[in-house]
Amino acid sequence: MSELQNSLLELIRRTSAEIPDDVNQSILASLEQEKKGTIAESALKIIDQNIQLAKRKSQPICQDTGSILFFVDCPVGFDQITFEETAKEAVKLATKKGYLRQNSVDSLTGKNDGTNVGPGAPTFHFHQHRSPEVGVRLVLKGGGCENVGAQYSLPNEKLQANRDLDGCRKAILDAVLQAQGKGCGPGILGVCIGGDRATGYEMSKTQFLRLIPDRNPNPELDKLEQDILKTANELGIGPMGFGGKTTLLGVKICAANRLPASYFVSISYMCWAYRRQGVTLDAQEKIQKWLY
Amino acid sequence: MRRRKFKSGFIESMIKLSFPFTEDKIRALKVGDEVLISGVVFTGRDAVHKYLHDGGKLPPGVNLRDGILYHCGPVVMKQDDGSWKATAAGPTTSIREEPYQAQIIKDFGIRGVIGKGGMGDKTLAACRDYGCVYLHAVGGAAQVLADCIKKVRNVYFYEEFGAPEAIWEFEVEDFPAVVTIDAHGNSLHKEIFARSQAELAKRL
Repeated sequence: MSELQNSLLELIRRTSAEIPDDVNQSILASLEQEKKGTIAESALKIIDQNIQLAKRKSQPICQDTGSILFFVDCPVGFDQITFEETAKEAVKLATKKGYLRQNSVDSLTGKNDGTNVGPGAPTFHFHQHRSPEVGVRLVLKGGGCENVGAQYSLPNEKLQANRDLDGCRKAILDAVLQAQGKGCGPGILGVCIGGDRATGYEMSKTQFLRLIPDRNPNPELDKLEQDILKTANELGIGPMGFGGKTTLLGVKICAANRLPASYFVSISYMCWAYRRQGVTLDAQEKIQKWLY
Repeated sequence: MRRRKFKSGFIESMIKLSFPFTEDKIRALKVGDEVLISGVVFTGRDAVHKYLHDGGKLPPGVNLRDGILYHCGPVVMKQDDGSWKATAAGPTTSIREEPYQAQIIKDFGIRGVIGKGGMGDKTLAACRDYGCVYLHAVGGAAQVLADCIKKVRNVYFYEEFGAPEAIWEFEVEDFPAVVTIDAHGNSLHKEIFARSQAELAKRL
């Protein structure tokens, strides 16, 4: 096995079995906040136990090991073709080892060949930079939370949402209301204001690379993030939609330019089983540093 | 009043729900009850629901009468001795089965459906009319829940539907879940939706 394949296999294993520290801390804080003796507290206790058990057993936190999203930062001249081929082999191996479920289905025939590799799976996002460093970040995003994502086109008469930040707020909070507990809350929102239908969703997902406690450098977006987090947690949806104080753990919003004719608000929902990890690779393509 | 005590993290005063899952036991449950399920459960998700709804027959060995159906697509690994072991087995989103569930509860005499995210009005009515409950497990808690699966007794439709969509026969012990739709027409999901919608309206 090549060093790169070895490194990617370990990245997949750790992403699937170990929740990043910032997410774990956030879940523990919400467990403290829930009223004792409620089913919301019970749910968070089971979640906490599950996180510990998955790490100890080196097994998937959630059986839905999700869409496999690679985000690669690489220098000019980096061989993307070899990277993709190697990553696909690492995914196949990780599936054989049970780090990933046999999770990829041919949409036309309904067949699951058990490899997790096929058209569009896994997904790669390459980004060139002028540093010699290679950084590979991985997000595993389950289907339950993916299904409650939503894209709004403003203005929206039903929501009385205009083409401004207040309209965005209404759309985002409507998505939280509609999602209830179906996306395995407490959840984290990744949002993109603007863009087209494809880039909007794509950029909303890049927000999941941010740390939960970070703050948005744009003051207007920061204000909107904090407002939505606070308001959502006043709705009483709670963990798993059982009722309770913690509906969301975080809200992350970015903006992209749009066409004059379009105004999309694209919302991706991440479940509490927020599987995100990353590594930098050294010259031999061994893991140099863990990023989360 | 039930007193809450903790033993290995679980609440001792949770209601034990053990096989056979008779109509009396099921009708005694109400929304908000936390239960620990022990006995045989069968998994079934999208492919199985559509197949049964379209008139498909259960394979020999699968009996859902007075049984529990679990919306789950587990990770199951074949062991060296040829047996299976469930290594990750949390619930999948149930609402996708809403078009099929009521008919299946009626036709096959199911007493409990385990899943996550809740179900809609058709299932709610079927639970009331035929004596069934919806049992909400903690989504994503694949390890805690796999730990409650003491034995994988069999698998059906493995080749036809693939591993996540197959019917797995599990023997579970003290599997934790919350009753969120009971057999008396109550739904925690409807209640929470209405309440959260009203709270949101105040904040727009």
